[in-house]
Amino acid sequence: MDIYLPIAGLSVNALVIVGLGGLVGLLTGMVGVGGGFLTTPILIFYGIPPPVAVASATTQITGTSISGLLAHRRRRGVDARMGAVIIVGGVAGSIVGGLLFRLLQNMGQIDTVISILYVLLLGSIGIIMAKEAATALEMIPRSKRKAERPARRHNPLIAALPFRWRFYRSGLYISPLAPLGLGFISGLLTVLLGIGGGFIMVPAMIYLLGMSAQVVVGTSLLQILFVTAATTMVHATTTRSVDIVLAVLLLIGSVVGAQYGAWLAQRMKPELLRMILAIVVLGVAFRMALQLGWRPEEIYTVQML
Amino acid sequence: MSRWRALVLALFAPAILAQSEPRLVPDVSDRNIEIHYSFAGAELLLFGAIVYPGGRPPEGRTDVAVVLKGPLERIVLREKQKVAGIWMNVGRVRFRSAPSYYAVASSRPLAQLIDERTAAIYELGLDNLQLSPGGGARPEVLRRFEHGLLDLKIRSGLYAEYPRGVEISEGVLYRARIAIPARVPVGTYTAETFLIRNGRVIAGAAREIRIEKLGFEGFVAEAAERWSLAYGIAAVAVSLLLGWGASAAFRRRYG
Repeated sequence: MDIYLPIAGLSVNALVIVGLGGLVGLLTGMVGVGGGFLTTPILIFYGIPPPVAVASATTQITGTSISGLLAHRRRRGVDARMGAVIIVGGVAGSIVGGLLFRLLQNMGQIDTVISILYVLLLGSIGIIMAKEAATALEMIPRSKRKAERPARRHNPLIAALPFRWRFYRSGLYISPLAPLGLGFISGLLTVLLGIGGGFIMVPAMIYLLGMSAQVVVGTSLLQILFVTAATTMVHATTTRSVDIVLAVLLLIGSVVGAQYGAWLAQRMKPELLRMILAIVVLGVAFRMALQLGWRPEEIYTVQML
Repeated sequence: MSRWRALVLALFAPAILAQSEPRLVPDVSDRNIEIHYSFAGAELLLFGAIVYPGGRPPEGRTDVAVVLKGPLERIVLREKQKVAGIWMNVGRVRFRSAPSYYAVASSRPLAQLIDERTAAIYELGLDNLQLSPGGGARPEVLRRFEHGLLDLKIRSGLYAEYPRGVEISEGVLYRARIAIPARVPVGTYTAETFLIRNGRVIAGAAREIRIEKLGFEGFVAEAAERWSLAYGIAAVAVSLLLGWGASAAFRRRYG
């Protein structure tokens, strides 16, 4: 069933796109990551122009994050104050990111930058996750040194920042500058890569900020919701590459997939799930790296003026 | 009335009234092509009649070439090269007047019909497109980029040559089929027909064709350009609604 995407300017098989959304949604439901880091590269492999893939994946993430957020809010797992600070940083980051995106687009380097960032980010996160999951599954022995060192609650760099605020739900008394900066980076990455940034934010909130674990995922979803919404606006008004038809097709698949993913997650070992995710992440990173080094199919590309 | 028209014709087109040269009466199968949600490309039939003075074709061979040309575009063409193990865009050339679409069909290969100079004058054939490249590039670099652009466009179906694509029956009726791919840009296209005899273009005629995005797709594309803020808000609203709706629907079903 071919459907014409008005912004991407080409016809795609609607079932393929819905299926892709479903697959990513399944993963979202299983491991609780947004899945933008999968959607965007796969759309690019499928032939969607990178700017359209990035922008439309962002719009899709807005939709997938809302249902998760509602569930976490019912369990009081959202620190609204912390979320607000991160969102302010995130919106600023997405605006700066939008300008950067436009600049790179005019220089003709946006595709290369997107690919390199993906390889670096997915490669390093995939390796960390694979190692952690393998340890949990007792495939590799636990390192002793780590267990002996007492866990530090706060990163010394973050504790040194001025103007401390109290974040009751997170159980923190830290400077808002730290979450602000974190939000900024995630906003930047959201615009450039079309990812919600949950798989960066969640570890950063736990290990860098030291937030209590119950509110981390909910707060991260809150910031993803707002930052992807802001990023959609930035893309809609600057790069004009949001394809609403593409986003809706992806959403139809992913919202349904996420429900089945959540159902599956209750019947599988969480370590195994994380291992699966790590393998998928490394696979995408590897494919992206290959694409950078391989002689591309098209040496020439056209950009309209 | 017809005398006045004859007078006007006599003033502006002496060649026609002089009755010494033939005349072309062209037409196309579709004046408007609409891009729908399942637009998978179209085939355009360009046909017409050759009207000879005296009503019968003269001795010797007369050929027809048909050119379908899309709106001109200002583009930047970038070239990838391997830099430190990574393929990235390195070189670039601007073209100020690259046709977004160009197809030429002729009754015989163009090289057999006209010499290079005539072909260049009428922009007949892919090698004769006036792309107006920006200054600065050396001629051999420019040739490489032009070749790259043609190759890219030919493979995406946006540029095409049909060396035997025009059929002439009885020496007076001609027709050509030209394929229009799905990713064709919208705008006003011109279909030009040339009558060629003894290496000279002896008559020409043009028709306009509009290719439009219509219905929902056209509305979406236009909204994204014109009302980008409202479009963004709508995109966010639609995705929020879908996400919330799906989770509500599933919760009800599974308790």
